[in-house]
Amino acid sequence: MTDTVARTAGPGTTEWETVIGLEVHTELRTATKLFCGCPNSFGDEPNTNICAVCMGLPGTLPVLNRTAVDYAMRIGAALHCRIQPSIFHRKNYFYPDQPKDYQISQYDIPINTDGWLELPDGKRIGIERAHMEEDTGKTTHFGGGGRIAGADHSLVDYNRAGVPLVEIVSRPDLRSAEEARAYVDELRAILVASGASDGKMEEGSLRVDANVSVRPVGSPTFGTRCEIKNMNSLRSLGRAIDYEVARQISLLEGGGTVEQETRHWDENTGRTSTMRSKEEAEDYRYFPEPDLVPLDPPQEWIALVSDGLPAMPADRRAKVAAAAGLAPDSDAVVTVVRLDLDPLVDAAVAAGVDAGLAVRRLANEVAASIESVPALDVDAFVSLLGMEGRGELTTAQARTVLRTLLADGGDPVAIAKSLGFEALGADALGQAVDAAIAGNPAEWERYVGGEDKLTGFFIGKIKAATGGNADLKEASALLRSRREAG
Amino acid sequence: MAPRITTAEVAHVARLARLALTESELETFTGQLAAVLDHAADVEALDTTGVPPTAHPLPLVNVLRDDVVAPVLDREEVLAQAPATEDHRFRVPRIIGEAP
Repeated sequence: MTDTVARTAGPGTTEWETVIGLEVHTELRTATKLFCGCPNSFGDEPNTNICAVCMGLPGTLPVLNRTAVDYAMRIGAALHCRIQPSIFHRKNYFYPDQPKDYQISQYDIPINTDGWLELPDGKRIGIERAHMEEDTGKTTHFGGGGRIAGADHSLVDYNRAGVPLVEIVSRPDLRSAEEARAYVDELRAILVASGASDGKMEEGSLRVDANVSVRPVGSPTFGTRCEIKNMNSLRSLGRAIDYEVARQISLLEGGGTVEQETRHWDENTGRTSTMRSKEEAEDYRYFPEPDLVPLDPPQEWIALVSDGLPAMPADRRAKVAAAAGLAPDSDAVVTVVRLDLDPLVDAAVAAGVDAGLAVRRLANEVAASIESVPALDVDAFVSLLGMEGRGELTTAQARTVLRTLLADGGDPVAIAKSLGFEALGADALGQAVDAAIAGNPAEWERYVGGEDKLTGFFIGKIKAATGGNADLKEASALLRSRREAG
Repeated sequence: MAPRITTAEVAHVARLARLALTESELETFTGQLAAVLDHAADVEALDTTGVPPTAHPLPLVNVLRDDVVAPVLDREEVLAQAPATEDHRFRVPRIIGEAP
């Protein structure tokens, strides 16, 4: 999936390679904040979930949330990281989104380090670290079109200040906007499966920043990177990366250089623009947080977390793919696992029903009315697959029964009967074929004589005689075998 | 030998901390900070082979609390402490720069 852009304009013909590393912030689904007992709750009235600790009042002390540590370790284990003793730092800055004027984060010794994530196509993306930190309050800017630059004033809601976050930093292993999107999609599925996060990008519980650079294909060194912020969907992530890559290539081909800087993605204009002036160079004066002692989870706790993880999406795709005889990154398999439908494949396998058939029905009819799935009875679904597998229902009939099953529930045998889908056994089908032949001797003579186009004529007769219950593929096969038998 | 710290560096650090220092204060603090750095250099000169890094003076790790909701503060009482509020939120002046 290497994204190379061939250019013939300009002084030389250079093929460029895109290099992307992503920083993903995810909120943890704890009941309370990272260092105080305020509720961690999205969408509440402004400033109703605040206390002396998260408001940074003098004399207060932070105390670390045990469940947040548990969730952070789940993320580390799910991403194959080394879980290690860690400490917290203060990141100092002046900005009203933290009443304390610093954010408590992990700096040089994070809880999780050196892991990897495997994309559905099998490519492994390195994870440099996944560290804990507290979220900031929400600032809303007024005047200047809602942008911070030119804003007249801002209003601050501290409900989010102190909510536990894990920041997952990838290595610069991604090579295209498409790969970046696939990475975030897979990471989100892993976070949700681990139980640590709800993965809701639209509620801001998953936020993505992208470090983007370009280099001539084959270059051993990286180009200068820009950090892109403010992308709030997978779609805008892809658009922002494509825009930024084109901007950097155009700069370089015009003889310019890329400045290392943070750039802001504007969804409306479809462009990135610089956020900070160079004079405001980042200098956060990190130092160890004196109010928190080191975190050194005992091996028993780490083992408990690792062993307690449910199967991850990649393992589940591999299992479904093996059962159905499909590739793990095939659309049907990816869809079934993404929609958490694989337990239904397991049920089909356990009942001795064709898993490939189960995957096809799940990825199509069932996926199309996913909201009905909670009401779908597993036994009824498996029983329907059995009817189709044994040829008691045609594919079209099985689909119709499944749609009824999803909409209204019920027993597939009864539904098939009520729809007039009487089971048409091989004998009945053979009789219908023979009757069609006997009733149309002239046409049969011509068909036997080599007029293949008459197949349609006989199929029409059989379909009419059986009220649509015949497996027409099987009927064609029977016609051919009757002809060959003379 | 180069000075431990220059007045320009002290001025930079003061600006990061939003401290407005006079010229004479800059001179004073440059001298004081140089003394602190001298002490750090003395410690740095010691052979610390085999001494584990100290992250915290207390001999404690894993001070944790259970994930249980505790009482919050009264919103109106907190907002009443602020210089300006609007729509149940803290109102702050125009911000230069951007959040990290």
